[in-house]
Amino acid sequence: MLEDSIVAGLREVISRAAVSLSRDVVSALKAAREREDSFLAREILNSILKNIEEAERRGLPLCQDTGTPTFFVHLGDGFPVRSRLGDLIARAVRESTPSVPLRPNTVDPWTGRNSGDNTGRGVPVIRWFPVEGDELRVIYLAKGGGSENVSRLFMLNPTEGVEGIRRAVLRAAIDAGGKPCPPVILGVGVGGGADAALEAAKAATLRRVGSRSGDPAVAELEERLLEDVNSLGIGPMGLGGRTYALDVHVDWMHRHPASLPVAVSMLCWAARRGEVVFHPDGSYEVLEPG
Amino acid sequence: MREWRVSTPLSEETVRGMRVGDLVWLSGRVVTARDQAHRRALDLASSGGELPVDLSGIAVYHCGPIARREGEVWRIYGFGPTTSARMEPMEAEFLRTFGVRMIVGKGGMGGRTADALAEVGAVYAAFTGGASVLATDSVERVISVNWLDLGIPEALWEVEVRDLGPLIVAMDSVGGNLYREVASHAAERMGRLLG
Repeated sequence: MLEDSIVAGLREVISRAAVSLSRDVVSALKAAREREDSFLAREILNSILKNIEEAERRGLPLCQDTGTPTFFVHLGDGFPVRSRLGDLIARAVRESTPSVPLRPNTVDPWTGRNSGDNTGRGVPVIRWFPVEGDELRVIYLAKGGGSENVSRLFMLNPTEGVEGIRRAVLRAAIDAGGKPCPPVILGVGVGGGADAALEAAKAATLRRVGSRSGDPAVAELEERLLEDVNSLGIGPMGLGGRTYALDVHVDWMHRHPASLPVAVSMLCWAARRGEVVFHPDGSYEVLEPG
Repeated sequence: MREWRVSTPLSEETVRGMRVGDLVWLSGRVVTARDQAHRRALDLASSGGELPVDLSGIAVYHCGPIARREGEVWRIYGFGPTTSARMEPMEAEFLRTFGVRMIVGKGGMGGRTADALAEVGAVYAAFTGGASVLATDSVERVISVNWLDLGIPEALWEVEVRDLGPLIVAMDSVGGNLYREVASHAAERMGRLLG
């Protein structure tokens, strides 16, 4: 039936994302290995690329931190399942935990008790986007704690302008160092307010590596930030080298006259992203993410 | 740059010979401990209690594995490192209390840990973050697991490994510290970029 088919599709995207990286990330890592001339940086990228190959070949999770399950749900007006979707997503996560296996990563902040199945209050995290059409498109992100912990929010004085944004991004990278498992995909959210900037920054890390903002001035800023952040020499795993970010993606919104929020979000090289599209009859396609 | 193939227990002399930039392949007994396990171990020691596993001369691994119980045995499906910075508030005391000779983790640690490494004779060695499958391949068996009430990631896993590596010595016992070098170079570069 329809609901079982939705759970099956979600489980497929969860398990595929845990095991296999998208092509854009793998080719960017290979290009990075060619660019590096430091022995340690190359050694680290060799380990990363070998790990990617072995995980895929043997169907094992790429990283032991299988992340916090996060879903960006684009729900078409005509899709037949609506309010039940949250429960179905939680069921898919619960069933995937022993089958992939995923590490149980959901802890009660007061008692320290691990729920054991990656679900709990507010988890899986779900963001809802109503869209036209009769399809359901779900983008899945399993982000580890190391990269989430270096997320930053800067509430700049608006007169700091673009230079202030550059400063904030570089400061975030230096403070993060090797902690988020670089090479990372770096997302920047500008404007909108504190919460909106953070959401935009995280969503920006979902974009395909190598893609540029449709706004020419923002695309230019992305290129410049990428060059800036890599020129710091922090390198893979923070042990020195030319590749800190595989790419920088910037998204923006209008701001309050008194505020210039700048949020920075980093996604580790093990960028567990996935995408699945469901048709109204329950049939689905799991897509290459990004 | 030297390459080391060593087995636990490690002697003070061995680890004092290691320098930043050296590569290590580690065999023998390692014990995983994350922040919750560090806290509990130190609380236990300060109240005169004894740890369920002996840590002297071994490597403590900052790692929360993926583990599944299959019949009578635990099987490991993921064994990569976690971010070491979370253990910084406790690591210096941990090193002084338990006689550990090597910390394995990722992302580096702070000045208090660096000082303790020099004082007790130990090194911090980095395993490539996220390279969980490669680490899993070095697992021979789970010897014991304690403190499962903390949850699977936070429990104390005592594991026998063979050739866990390459580990990169990133903080040594004579003040060498790759993270500090990288950070000071990066700060200088940022100053030049922004004028």
